[in-house]
Amino acid sequence: MKRIIAFITVVVVSFGIMAWTTPDLLKDVRLGLDLKGGFEILYEASPLEGGGQVTKESLIQTAKSLEDRANKLGTSEPEVTTEGTNRIRLKVAGVTDEETVRKTMKEPASLTFRSKDGTEKNADEYNKIEMIGTDFAANGAKLEFTQMNEPVVSIKVKSKEKFAEVTKRLLGQPLAIYMNEELVSDPVVQAVLTEGSAQISVGGDLDKAKELRDKINLGALPLNLTEKYSQSVGATLGKQSLDRTIEAGLIGSLFILLFMIGMYRIPGLIASFTLIVHTWLLILVFVWADFTLTLPGIAAFILGIGMAVDANIITNERIHEEMRTGKSIMSAVKAGDKHSLRTVLDSQITTIIVAAVMYAYGTGAVKGFALVLIVEIVLSIATNIYLSRFLLNLLLKAGKLLKPKYFGVKERDIREL
Amino acid sequence: MSFNKNLDYVHLSKYFYTISIALTIAGIICLSIFGLNYSVDFKAGSNVDIALSKSLTAEQIKPILEDMGIDDAATISPGQDRMNIRFTKVLSEDNDAKLKAEISKLDDKASFEVNTVDPEMAKELARNAIYAVLISCLGIIIYVSIRFEWRFALAAIVALLHDAFMVIAIFSIFRFEVDLTFIVAVLTIIGYSINDTIVIFDRIRENLRFAKQKSRQDLIKLVNESVAQTIMRSLYTALTVFVAAFFLFLLGGESIRMFSLAMVIGLLFGAYSSIFIASPLWFVLKSKQKHKPAKAS
Repeated sequence: MKRIIAFITVVVVSFGIMAWTTPDLLKDVRLGLDLKGGFEILYEASPLEGGGQVTKESLIQTAKSLEDRANKLGTSEPEVTTEGTNRIRLKVAGVTDEETVRKTMKEPASLTFRSKDGTEKNADEYNKIEMIGTDFAANGAKLEFTQMNEPVVSIKVKSKEKFAEVTKRLLGQPLAIYMNEELVSDPVVQAVLTEGSAQISVGGDLDKAKELRDKINLGALPLNLTEKYSQSVGATLGKQSLDRTIEAGLIGSLFILLFMIGMYRIPGLIASFTLIVHTWLLILVFVWADFTLTLPGIAAFILGIGMAVDANIITNERIHEEMRTGKSIMSAVKAGDKHSLRTVLDSQITTIIVAAVMYAYGTGAVKGFALVLIVEIVLSIATNIYLSRFLLNLLLKAGKLLKPKYFGVKERDIREL
Repeated sequence: MSFNKNLDYVHLSKYFYTISIALTIAGIICLSIFGLNYSVDFKAGSNVDIALSKSLTAEQIKPILEDMGIDDAATISPGQDRMNIRFTKVLSEDNDAKLKAEISKLDDKASFEVNTVDPEMAKELARNAIYAVLISCLGIIIYVSIRFEWRFALAAIVALLHDAFMVIAIFSIFRFEVDLTFIVAVLTIIGYSINDTIVIFDRIRENLRFAKQKSRQDLIKLVNESVAQTIMRSLYTALTVFVAAFFLFLLGGESIRMFSLAMVIGLLFGAYSSIFIASPLWFVLKSKQKHKPAKAS
């Protein structure tokens, strides 16, 4: 009797917890871009000046400033990751004005001070770069007004000494200020500037001054970026994929559950219960570990359920087999459990090996897929082997299930010992 | 179930070897002549998928592309409530935005998915996937050799490479589109195939312990019995996973359709190869071992 109560308690409490938490959990699952819309760009970085090298630091710094930029644009949770030695992957979800974001991201916003080195063909060309974007203090650009009430942008440099050296050398000569490849102004250096700050005149245009200030404050990217791959998914299309895939998954799962109950009766019912627990645990792990669920992930999810069923089928087929040889139900279950455990573990572990290699060597979609598969198999071992055995044994020891038909075995198939 | 489980699988395998070898040759020929029907994932260019609220025809889209001067590199395939436009050239950012704006004029509820790819990236992914397969084979060899013996490992690897190749060959023969998810599907098939094979091998290993005389006939009997004992499970599992993959194929989103198709084909081959390729192959390897000491003595 105690065991029956324990059995009922486990089932009822689990269902209660699952029913209570599932709606909230589902809301918290982080969806990938392919499911909620957004876009993803893979950049390849190259050094600003030829001959240089992409260092790990500069790559990380570039990724950081990309993230800052995306944040400034008010996108929700931009995701910027570095890949390999020279790649940066940017994911932005739920953007309506994709074009602006893309432009802002790529904008090198590279402020340079240049002087003439004698190779110029035109009067307004300056070929020698004196100071580059990283020489200027981050977020140091401000809008100021001169005594004539003319708007100017004031900037700060990181090294006063360097700026003093440059202005000393170029005293009486023009020092050109470039935003990217565009000449903003080329004032003549009137004095050696030792304060480490300078003012850029934009010809009295307030809007232009504001724009320049914002561009400078976005910060310079230490590296040049070229788009290697991009994917953009409209929100409606993403939702459609999600709904369709989930619908397909539900129908497939329902079929599997009915099949299990039809074939294996009581153990099949227990298997269906553990499969539901298994799915719930998987969602829980996703929320807790903050994994991102993508379309291939859902595919792995649904296929993993199919594979989890395999563990139950192997065990129950084995129990059937033992029963047919004429063993008592008790010892048939015991023998079936024992023999099938090794089979299930060996087959699951080989699949984990494959998934682990996929995770280690894959990128993007492959990685997400492999991750779901690994988590799923580990959870499957816990629920579909141990939990279902525990529940089945509770019922058996309680003295229920004493007829082979409860297991889906026909009496006439049982051989006499 | 009322079919005869006690077939002579070892004997039957001769015919299945022939079928598999024929398919492999057909696959190799088809692959070397036609290659695979690569999607935009593997070719430079852009792919635009549009979900529409009303149906548009290719004739409505054409003038837009012509105006933008990008019509010569485009293929338009209209569907029920969606449309696909494929460019063999990479769509520039400006054109991308312009195209969206123009189509939104025709249908203000249009939702877009734009993929632009540098083929290098996809090739790299495919290369990584091949490495992943080879390394996982190594992992399987080590694990199975420790838990079983090397003959099982070798037979299992042949079976899984067979399954992976069959899917690739069928995709080549029927000109199905190969995209990035295809790689994921092939990797999963490998995982599933090894899972399936191990279950039968486990039974052979178990029966081996109690088998008495290990003559050739005894070995044949042992393999046949082991397959017969596990065949219901193989069929049931194949059926359940097959159904899950089949519903994904029928009802799942457009973007995983080819993935599901590859899975469905791969699952069938996975179940088939475990029974008719892997187990008989193990028998062949094992019977060779039995003959050697006999010759020596």
